[in-house]
Amino acid sequence: MRISMTVNGRAVSGEVEPRTLLVEFLRNQLGLTGTHVGCDTSQCGCCVVHVDGVSAKSCTMLAVQADGCSVTTIEGLAQGGKLHPLQQAFHEHHGLQCGFCTPGMIMSAADLLQRNPDPTEHEVREWLEGNLCRCTGYHNIVKAILAAAQTMRGMAKAAE
Amino acid sequence: MYAFNYHRPASLAEAARLLASNPEAKLLAGGQTYIPTLKQRLARPSDVIDIGGLAELKGITEEAGGVTIGAAVRHAEVAGSALVRRLIPALASLAEGIGDPQVRNRGTLGGSIANNDPAADYPAAVVGLGATVRTSKGRAIAGDAFFTGMFETALEPDEIVTAVHFPKPEKAAYAKFPNPASRYAIVGVFLAKTASGIRVAVTGAAPCVFRATALEQALAASWSAASIDSVTIDPSNLNSDIHAQADYRAHLVKVMAKRALAAAG
Repeated sequence: MRISMTVNGRAVSGEVEPRTLLVEFLRNQLGLTGTHVGCDTSQCGCCVVHVDGVSAKSCTMLAVQADGCSVTTIEGLAQGGKLHPLQQAFHEHHGLQCGFCTPGMIMSAADLLQRNPDPTEHEVREWLEGNLCRCTGYHNIVKAILAAAQTMRGMAKAAE
Repeated sequence: MYAFNYHRPASLAEAARLLASNPEAKLLAGGQTYIPTLKQRLARPSDVIDIGGLAELKGITEEAGGVTIGAAVRHAEVAGSALVRRLIPALASLAEGIGDPQVRNRGTLGGSIANNDPAADYPAAVVGLGATVRTSKGRAIAGDAFFTGMFETALEPDEIVTAVHFPKPEKAAYAKFPNPASRYAIVGVFLAKTASGIRVAVTGAAPCVFRATALEQALAASWSAASIDSVTIDPSNLNSDIHAQADYRAHLVKVMAKRALAAAG
């Protein structure tokens, strides 16, 4: 089947079998390998991307379901060569060890912060229910997300 | 995943026609259960009919004092709905506790109840609130009659859930003891005081959601934790697995009922 979508602001199209997962289309056909496949059982959240602005597990969606949608992956987060505040905060607060879960963590957190710009630590931890990290114990991930939230609130204020 | 043909019908009528004309076809809405099932090759449909985007299955509306929710409405929409929060807050908080945020962003009410997973949350609300399930064949199926067994419902093979009407209870609450990994209910209890009496629906504990009639009778006599304590839950028909033995699940039914009672007020 022929599908077309917008990925990170760019119009793309491709020929896929209906059984192709969105993550397979992104990685294998578009070469966007920042979106990871960790578990293949819809539990780990390494594959989280945004579909029409909402976070989704791209291993639990068919590519054909995203036909006509706007998709944002981790590669689409940095603007003008400048890291997104979440990416910067993960760097500064050492919110990763091996880094495998990081793209999903950041895309999931970005969805949280667009809904709730000032989450409590508890709300951040609850939100990360669908993202597994097997290295760090989450502490620095949570710290990074709270720090990014603060930075982004400051940016929003400065823009007013 | 086995290969299949994919359809995205433009209307409910077209979806129903496709389903009726392909005996090995299956419906896809949010896909948060069905896609993992396909990935594990536990299903081999000839055709997959994607109804997740059908406008006829969307929308949350106030009706007869209660709420009517379209079958393709996603869990996150129910959790975030001001209307549901105002009329039946227990339903919004149940939706907010399903799976994880990404599952809630895609998973749908109709998909959950049509699948009837023994540990799913929504069946407890449908039975606990005495809801009515509406279908593409114009049927209105009472919640009590909809769930017929493990992964089995009263739906005919070519019938599609279109909406669920939930009447407003006097008070209600849902309490679940989630599996810490999956967030599925090891035991979940939906308790409601309704115009037609007390309803207590239990999910996760047995092969299919059921009404705990002994608890209903005890709570009708006296709306108190002591009433729940006075009841004995028979473990003989409850599930035993690596997560919990039947007698532990029987114990949890009462603990969750008491938590729901405290939350309902």
